[in-house]
Amino acid sequence: MTEKEIVNDLSWKIGGEAGMGILNAGMMFAKIAMRGGLFSIAHAIYPSLIRGGHNHLDVRVNSEKIYSHRKEVNVLVALNKETFDVHKEKLTGGAGVIYDHDEYPIQESELPKKDIQLIPIPLLKLSNQFGGRIMRNTVAIGATIALVDYDLTLFNDILQQTFAKKGEKVVQDNIGAAKAGYDFVKSTLRHSFKYTLKKEHQKNFMLISGNEAISLGAVRAGAKFIAAYPMTPASSIMMTLAKWAQQYGIVVKQTEDEIAAMNMVVGANFAGVRALTATSGGGFSLMVEAFGLAAITEVPLVVVEAQRPGPATGMATQSGQGDLHFVLHAAPDDFPRIVIAPGDIIECYQEAIRAFNLAEKYQLPVVLLTDKYLGESYWSIEEFDTGKVKIDRGKLLTDEQAEQQQNYLRYKLTSDGVSPRAIPGQKNCMHTASSYEHNEEGHEDELEEVRIAMAEKRYKRFEATQKEFSDPELVGDKGAEVTIIGWGSTKSGILEAMKSLKRDKIKVNYLQIKYLSPFPTKKVAEIIKKSKKTALVENNQSGQLGALIKMHTGLSLDHTILKFDGRPFFPHEIYDEIKKIVKR
Amino acid sequence: MEKDIGSGQVPTWCPGCGDYVILGSLKAAITELGLDLHNTVIVSGIGCGSKTPHFIRAYGFEGLHGRTLPVATGIKLSNHELNVIVIGGDGDGYGIGGNHFMHTARRNLNITYIIQNNEVYGLTKGQYSPTSMKGFVSPSTPEGALEEPVNPITLSISAGATFVARSHSMDLGYTKQMIKEGIQHKGFAVIDVFQLCPTYNKIINAQFFRENLYKLGPDHDVTHKVKAFEKGLEHYPKIPYGVFYKEEGKPTYEEGLPQLKEKVLVKQNISAVDISPLLKKFR
Repeated sequence: MTEKEIVNDLSWKIGGEAGMGILNAGMMFAKIAMRGGLFSIAHAIYPSLIRGGHNHLDVRVNSEKIYSHRKEVNVLVALNKETFDVHKEKLTGGAGVIYDHDEYPIQESELPKKDIQLIPIPLLKLSNQFGGRIMRNTVAIGATIALVDYDLTLFNDILQQTFAKKGEKVVQDNIGAAKAGYDFVKSTLRHSFKYTLKKEHQKNFMLISGNEAISLGAVRAGAKFIAAYPMTPASSIMMTLAKWAQQYGIVVKQTEDEIAAMNMVVGANFAGVRALTATSGGGFSLMVEAFGLAAITEVPLVVVEAQRPGPATGMATQSGQGDLHFVLHAAPDDFPRIVIAPGDIIECYQEAIRAFNLAEKYQLPVVLLTDKYLGESYWSIEEFDTGKVKIDRGKLLTDEQAEQQQNYLRYKLTSDGVSPRAIPGQKNCMHTASSYEHNEEGHEDELEEVRIAMAEKRYKRFEATQKEFSDPELVGDKGAEVTIIGWGSTKSGILEAMKSLKRDKIKVNYLQIKYLSPFPTKKVAEIIKKSKKTALVENNQSGQLGALIKMHTGLSLDHTILKFDGRPFFPHEIYDEIKKIVKR
Repeated sequence: MEKDIGSGQVPTWCPGCGDYVILGSLKAAITELGLDLHNTVIVSGIGCGSKTPHFIRAYGFEGLHGRTLPVATGIKLSNHELNVIVIGGDGDGYGIGGNHFMHTARRNLNITYIIQNNEVYGLTKGQYSPTSMKGFVSPSTPEGALEEPVNPITLSISAGATFVARSHSMDLGYTKQMIKEGIQHKGFAVIDVFQLCPTYNKIINAQFFRENLYKLGPDHDVTHKVKAFEKGLEHYPKIPYGVFYKEEGKPTYEEGLPQLKEKVLVKQNISAVDISPLLKKFR
């Protein structure tokens, strides 16, 4: 092949039916890349079923930091014909298709471009020598490693670690299957392949999803109780914490429904344990009344809302950002809540810790708003610094302090609205927390002046939280032609698009709004006013952040780039739109 | 233990309301058992009787309508050394909270659940409740209720409660005794207290209680699940009360959690949790 070789810039896709081990294979390939010192991202798209359907997973690999998956495919592992048919248009020049010619032949005439290599491998035949058809993905990864001229020992190590528990035979079968795929390609490949991977200096990396990062943050913050009901894409938080429960003394309670989950978490927090729940929009709908209960009883609360498209069941396994207004306004009447939208893995970890501190310090509910893309995709990142973390329990009384209380008032009116908090088991501070409006003691009280004082008290705490949040910052070029504004997981697509725009010498910058409540009105208004052109990027239909900005600042944004097909942005989609805006 | 464990708050229930008797029974039970008030949490829902926590100087949580048991579960798992007593009405427990009732019963947490069962919605002015008799005429069922009523006893037994009793609000002493036995029972104890609502339930009155209720005799075998269930099926016109079922020695939910063996959850030190061993799994 005469074309120039492309080293360490690869988009690999594996596809097949649910039940073929697509996710495991993808995770392994992303780890193989990472352990060779490369950056990798794994993003899966799968339907809401257990068998059949079309599952596919992208792994993107690069020697430089990458933020997002992308559309184009350089190596396609098609475990069935459908995978080829659905994704062939994404194949780039010089790309290769690994498939089983014996099982589902693909003709040269079916290729959308001339310079795509078909790489027929007897996946089934080879896998049958090592434990059966479930090994096809292992054979295919071995084949990929040969194709891109990478290091098979990295894969062997992972297979060893992954299957050690299942015994030496399983390990050796897997290693054998990988080698069979590798050897087959090495012996049959007619000419060198355009895309290659080369090991680089090993880095202190880990491959981790947003849900796992939040789980780590929760454990680090001292969360000891999670009550939840399974709901994609949040379930892996409960399952991750369940894995660590014995080691860290965490109680994980799967409940009968989300109503129970949220009420249990309110009960646990009332009793003094840092507790959380995790769900998606549908589950949060059921939790809403108890979300208000936490607010009026001034019980700390952390809830992760990992968004998926709705309404109702919507698209259970897809991604979106349609719940921003929902969480901002959930539950009757006015009351303050903190809403934080992490944009990447490290923010998932850090903001989870912050959420627990803020919830206790200000005794109010905190929402961590993520989505399927951030929650369930995997990024290779530098290991967290898990050392320095301040655990701030606010005005929670120690047992000694509680014992010294005289005429304790749970809802005492204070200058910052935050009252000293006692928990059951502490002497001299017995009180009743009530879902009714109440007086300083906690007893039901509907007098006008009591109501006003309590409602104002609740908001005072919110005002006090403002000092906890840093202003949002503009990243990117000064004097930008376009200022991109977004929140949450669109960060990945935006930063990736900005890399391409930079190559085109187009000046852009990016305002990520991470803290949505309280809203950083002053700074956002200032940035918008100074911008030449603004472009809103959101994974929803109506541009909910845009409406929020308008509500708080009175300012409208110039352009909107919205996507609501249930899939996260590909960087090129943002790139193309920004180019159009610049030309206008 | 002080004699008066009242909070100083005064109930505003209707004259003759069974809630007064149940409150008195609960206070006497707590006092006689010598429970530490600071180690006792009374959880309620929404309804006339759910105002009970405000009248006792223990910790209290008056939560949402129907959500008493999940809140109590969260409290109990966070600090299983606390005495957790749940109190709420028939609508709260068997209606809107029915799902939680079933699932909490099968978990067998060491929680005592008292249901103030007056077969009517009082706070919302007299609509029929899940335990109202078939044909009960109410503002929402002017032609009479069509459903069969919930049977609290058989429901509790089949759902897995390990202590199931009924008392009634015209007998403070016996109600106190049932509550005491429920608190002392290790496991999920249900005490359905049949009570008067003189304002909205004109059928269940003192005369009805006298004519229809009878106390279970010593011949009833409380350890026999099938017989307990059979007794529970006896409903109208003759309604038995007393302890129907008692299963001792069954491990509680909290006993099944090794992470609670050493210390209660809330006492764990969270100031410097070392998560570095977990990071290795992601390499």
